[in-house]
Amino acid sequence: MARVWKFGSDVDTDQIVPGRYAPYMRPDADVGEAAFIEARPEFAKTAQPGDVIIALHNFGCGSSREYAVEALRRRQVGAIIALGFARIFYRNALNLGIPLYESPEIVHALEDGDAVRLDVAGGTLERLSGTGGVFALPQLPEFARQILQAGGIVPYVRRYGRFPGEEG
Amino acid sequence: MGRTLSEQILSQAAGRAVQAGDFVVVAPHVVMSHDSLTPSIIQILRSELGKERVHNPQQLVFVFDHVVPAATVGTANAQKTVRRFAAEQGIRLFEGGCGICHQVLVEEGIAQPGQIVIGADSHSTSYGAVGAFGTGMGSTDVALAWATGRTWLRVPETLRVDITGRFPPFTDAKDLALKLGRLLTISGANYMTIEYHGLEWLELGGRQTLASMAVELGAKAGIVPPDGLPRQYAVPHWLKVEEGARYARRLEVDLADLQPQVALPHAVDRVVDVDAAAGTKVDVVFLGTCTNGRLSDLQTAAALLRGRRVAAGVRLIVTPASSRVLAQAAADGTLQTLLEAGAALTTPGCGMCMGRHQGTLGEGEVCLSTANRNFRGRMGDPTSHIYLASPAVAAASALTGVITDPRSL
Repeated sequence: MARVWKFGSDVDTDQIVPGRYAPYMRPDADVGEAAFIEARPEFAKTAQPGDVIIALHNFGCGSSREYAVEALRRRQVGAIIALGFARIFYRNALNLGIPLYESPEIVHALEDGDAVRLDVAGGTLERLSGTGGVFALPQLPEFARQILQAGGIVPYVRRYGRFPGEEG
Repeated sequence: MGRTLSEQILSQAAGRAVQAGDFVVVAPHVVMSHDSLTPSIIQILRSELGKERVHNPQQLVFVFDHVVPAATVGTANAQKTVRRFAAEQGIRLFEGGCGICHQVLVEEGIAQPGQIVIGADSHSTSYGAVGAFGTGMGSTDVALAWATGRTWLRVPETLRVDITGRFPPFTDAKDLALKLGRLLTISGANYMTIEYHGLEWLELGGRQTLASMAVELGAKAGIVPPDGLPRQYAVPHWLKVEEGARYARRLEVDLADLQPQVALPHAVDRVVDVDAAAGTKVDVVFLGTCTNGRLSDLQTAAALLRGRRVAAGVRLIVTPASSRVLAQAAADGTLQTLLEAGAALTTPGCGMCMGRHQGTLGEGEVCLSTANRNFRGRMGDPTSHIYLASPAVAAASALTGVITDPRSL
């Protein structure tokens, strides 16, 4: 059973990991421990592998710092579902193999703290708390689906020997 | 059918005609990274991609700007690693103190019109100031570019801004950049290129200010058509505004009634005319960054500060964008004026922008900054507050200790 962590609009990457907590500044620390350390300390302390982040518009705006995504990967976030994503964050998350979806239906239906069961392969998100319900995860664009299926951009390039959009 | 500047640049690099929505694989002319992330990119190259050498060292350029000179043993060791790597592989490296990556690449003529410049830094949109397609990427994308010499991009749609008029007194490109944030919002250009038309008269520094802040509206790139650039930037014959290009959105801005703008904490699109923020007490005024650390910015501030002193209880911190800017400011008396007014001068680089050194904010402190981001906690304690404004508003506020309209002095 996973938990929903719900956020508002325009969550910037400084909120996900402040620059002061970058691996450059704290080379001996696990950047995963810094995930939302100031913006949402409860997440930093208690988020569990498989938990789902839900947000409104423009999640991940601001700095291109990949370590913000790396921190969420280390916490084994199951998926990020939002009304929309900032460009660089979207690409970084695909590159590191974190599934991310744009679904107004799910975003509006789910509340912070909801208990859910995420099935990325099966394409569903089931709510176990409150009024329940099973939601379909939206289809990803083909290039995104392929990158995620490979487990990220590095295994993708290794598997296919080319970049997305390049002639095979 | 005409093409946008992004379509022209990406078609040229791809060797085929492409349009918005297409995917391309291209060899960027320049792949830039700085001291903050290069250590992690080296690690990805070695441990995830299993490579010891970069594909083409000539493509790469390293600039030390984020924590310079090193502030901790950790940053010192990380910089040592990067120095050794650069020497082994024959990669150009600009040492700490040379300046901010985005300023150095433009000053040195490394970024040129019509090129593709990717950087491990979101403000790589800055290279659009010289008519390049500049965009920021994460460490893994940059590591792949090192390993293969190439990267992949989706050709972006374009948002065209048509600007008419000239800046009224005491306003400049920063006020326009903030005004665009106000009009378009923090995500208004997401996934798009912004083209800024009608600015052939604008000096290079103003173009850099605008293009650096394209990413603050979510843009992938921000390009000023390369008319009126200094001669060291060679514009290729194929790069020009074409009639009939398709734009996803158009916006017109008349500068005639532009007021000094201020972005309120904690979002770059919470922008008001300076009147609405005037009177807010400030503890620190920061003049610098890739957005506003150039000679013209320092001169603007010096013109207001000349013969006066910074208000009691206010710290004015000046971080020139490059050593060249610092030398010019020293030669023409700007620096003397700033120092006599009470400014503290730091090593050229990013300075306090990321809250890591050279002026990190404490609990509840208020900073009026000429930077580009005012996210909560960016410059220090999460209870601190950042207001963004132009060098003129910064100087006026330093003199009074409260946010001040420079026209009122």
